[in-house]
Amino acid sequence: MSDISLRDVRKVYSGAEAPTIPGLSLEIVSGELCVLVGPSGCGKSTLLRMVAGLEEVSDGEIAIAGRRVNDLEPAERDISMVFQNYALYPHMTVFNNMAYGLKNRGMPKDEIRRRVDEAAVMLGLDGFLARRPRELSGGQRQRVAMGRAIVREPAAFLFDEPLSNLDAKLRVKTRVEIRDLQQRLRTTSIYVTHDQQEAMTLADKLVVMNAGQIEQIGTPIEVYERPASLFVAGFIGSPPMNLLPPSAVPSLAPASAPEHALIGIRPESMVPADDGPIALDVRVVERLGATSTIHGRLPGLESDVIASVPSTVPADPGRTMRFSSPGDGVHLFDGRTGRRLG
Amino acid sequence: MRTKKVTFRHRWLPYALVAPQIVITLVFFIWPASQALYQSVLRQDAFGLRTEFVGLANFARLFADPLYLESFFTTVWFSALVAGSSMLVALVLAVMADRVIRQATTYRTLLIWPYAVAPAIAGVLWWFLFNPTIGILAYALEALGYDWNHYQDGTDAMTMIVIAAAWRQVAYNFLFFLAGLQAIPKSLTEAAAIDGAGPVKRFVTIQLPLLSPTVFFLIVVNVVYAFFETFGIVHATTAGGPGNDTVILVYKVWRDAFEGLNLGSSAAQSVILMAIVIALTAIQFRYIERRVEY
Amino acid sequence: MVERRPLLTFTQHAVLIVGAAIFVFPIYLAFVASTHTGTEVNRGLPLLPGDQMQENYAIVLGEGLSTAGAPPIGLMLMNSTIMALAITLGKLAISLLSSFAIVYFKFPFRVLAFWTIFITLMLPVEVRILPTYEVVAQLGMLNSYAGLSIPLIASATATFLFRQFFMTVPDELTEAARIDGAGPMKFFRDILVPLSRTNIAALFVILFIYGWNQYLWPLLVTTDESYYTVVMGIQRLANSGDQLPQWNLIMATAILALLPPVIVIIVMQRLFVRGLVEVEK
Repeated sequence: MSDISLRDVRKVYSGAEAPTIPGLSLEIVSGELCVLVGPSGCGKSTLLRMVAGLEEVSDGEIAIAGRRVNDLEPAERDISMVFQNYALYPHMTVFNNMAYGLKNRGMPKDEIRRRVDEAAVMLGLDGFLARRPRELSGGQRQRVAMGRAIVREPAAFLFDEPLSNLDAKLRVKTRVEIRDLQQRLRTTSIYVTHDQQEAMTLADKLVVMNAGQIEQIGTPIEVYERPASLFVAGFIGSPPMNLLPPSAVPSLAPASAPEHALIGIRPESMVPADDGPIALDVRVVERLGATSTIHGRLPGLESDVIASVPSTVPADPGRTMRFSSPGDGVHLFDGRTGRRLG
Repeated sequence: MRTKKVTFRHRWLPYALVAPQIVITLVFFIWPASQALYQSVLRQDAFGLRTEFVGLANFARLFADPLYLESFFTTVWFSALVAGSSMLVALVLAVMADRVIRQATTYRTLLIWPYAVAPAIAGVLWWFLFNPTIGILAYALEALGYDWNHYQDGTDAMTMIVIAAAWRQVAYNFLFFLAGLQAIPKSLTEAAAIDGAGPVKRFVTIQLPLLSPTVFFLIVVNVVYAFFETFGIVHATTAGGPGNDTVILVYKVWRDAFEGLNLGSSAAQSVILMAIVIALTAIQFRYIERRVEY
Repeated sequence: MVERRPLLTFTQHAVLIVGAAIFVFPIYLAFVASTHTGTEVNRGLPLLPGDQMQENYAIVLGEGLSTAGAPPIGLMLMNSTIMALAITLGKLAISLLSSFAIVYFKFPFRVLAFWTIFITLMLPVEVRILPTYEVVAQLGMLNSYAGLSIPLIASATATFLFRQFFMTVPDELTEAARIDGAGPMKFFRDILVPLSRTNIAALFVILFIYGWNQYLWPLLVTTDESYYTVVMGIQRLANSGDQLPQWNLIMATAILALLPPVIVIIVMQRLFVRGLVEVEK
């Protein structure tokens, strides 16, 4: 059990004009699963690799379990990492892949055997210990990578997009397994992903990053319900939040809203109502089964407005549909700063 | 030049790792090569007592020396014959082997092993077969009315060393031609067949043009081989004879150094050879760069 | 093939079989010669093997050709084996180490080191015969196994091949190893070398043939017969002065000299082909 703390961490690559991470602080509580989410190039992987010790910290301090680790080798930081492509040693058996780090620490043989066996049972890998990685399926390889992390019994797990090499179905299944495992072991974890759905479902603490900076920290529900910025509003949630100028929907804009404000309404908050203030000219209806996604136009607006409605709601292209939105479904942002208003 | 994005850090380890190779390179390659450069501009008197700087005189003398020029042209002729004949035979065999896909590997096994035979041994084998008194080929030629004698006839001697040198090199060329042919997508030849081109036409219009990079590459490799790796053939069989008819450059530089003890001239010859290798290597690398761009 | 043409197919096989036969022909006759008495061979070569095989091979292996002033072939074969293995293993070892340094470390003079190694490509023994001989002589390495092998073990080709291969090893493996507590040498030994074993094996075949077939170099650095290698020593037998050459014994020697590399190339054909094509890339 240990916490991880980042204080004013900066990363500047030599020769780069702007810093990749201009200065960032983050506290991760013991036992928590913290997900760093953001578009590619936002610095989330760099941050994780700095915690791992694979990238140098240009400035600031990283501490794991209260110990400053800036100058420690990755192996000395008491962390383990699951890589995107798993990084299994192709010439070693599953057993040796998991045992290699323990052997390098000079752990007694029977203790290594005990830990690897235990992890193998936990991950359903018993029976595969003598195989080599290329004889395993993608999902099994992923679990070997997890096993290699577990046997170390480290202070923290670091996950670098560990599911992105799996197909969609397996990704969902493995996501659940990771969550279950982390809850059982209660090991402090940092998890990097660009997939907002993965981020929402896994996180105790969600950190949305953009351009090397933190946009918002909170529980997934907090972030979803009260996005702190236009960026977060657009990034979290699928389909993304509709952002409209107050002039397009005057009746929904609070009287206090400044001229440059933007009104945000999630597609899920668009409720069909015969007398609703939003009148959409329906262009396309995507039927997903339980729900339908309606793409339509507001007069005078260039881009589509999206509404998610139960599939029982009749909707056809070419018709005009009216929507309203409950008060707590309307978000207000400052169009110039991008921050949330109120 | 690139390294890994992920590198290790260590103050002295990398130097220790490159040291063995660097030391050997410096002691046995760079230093002797610079000695050759240095000696090529000096001349020693007959007793090795006095050395004087003579500039490019050694080179000038070489190019005025009919023996050296003769050796030069012998070498060019020799390498043209070796490269030409071994590539032609290899190409024919490779085209045949490429067409019989199923047994291609079997034929490959049957055809590649001469590459493992040392040039000197290859020379001795053919020398035996062509021996004017007991050689079976000399005997056969005599039956055909040709009086073979590589001890007296320069053309016979040259023919023999060309055959010995090419015999071994066919295997190498065959491998690369076969690999080149098998890399041509089957769909291309099939499309040409649908367009009504017969096997010969397909070879000339589709396969040969696509094989041209391999051809070019092999020309360079074969010339390098004929220039520099055939010393053993000449030394173990004709010893340059009859007369000077098979004195190739590498043989001459060895003979002038160890039998003629003519340091300056031998060094100048070494330098010329170096220039040739560097030129050939440069050509090869330009070609490789171009291939990388594809 | 695209179309079926029985006649064409027949021609192909015929050409290939005749071609293969022509290639085996000299070896076959050499073998035939090595199984007859000297007199029989000198009378005109028979086309079928004789009954002197055991005798001839026993003579060359054990006694050598006393008249030619050459040691028994057994000793030469051993010298060849030692030289070929020393060159092969030496080249592999120093090339693995130096390419590891060049790829996995950033250090001052790295590029210089690379070019120094690169330049050996342009300086085969043949172009620097005398000065290299002088260096070896000054170091007292004439007539020694060290002299036969060490000057030949610098290899740009092997270094390039390993460098090229190392560049394809995923960075994550290195990072995983660092997290697993492996330092550079541990990573090299536990991960990089085992991953390179196919390349090592392929190069082994090529380098062994290269080492075994050395001719000019042993000729330069050995005057003591007990260090003769078989490929170089055979010319001593063939050019035995006034004597009539003992062709049956010379051919027995030739067979013995070509057998080891030929066996290696046939047994390890797949690796050889792969290695050769990789090296020339």
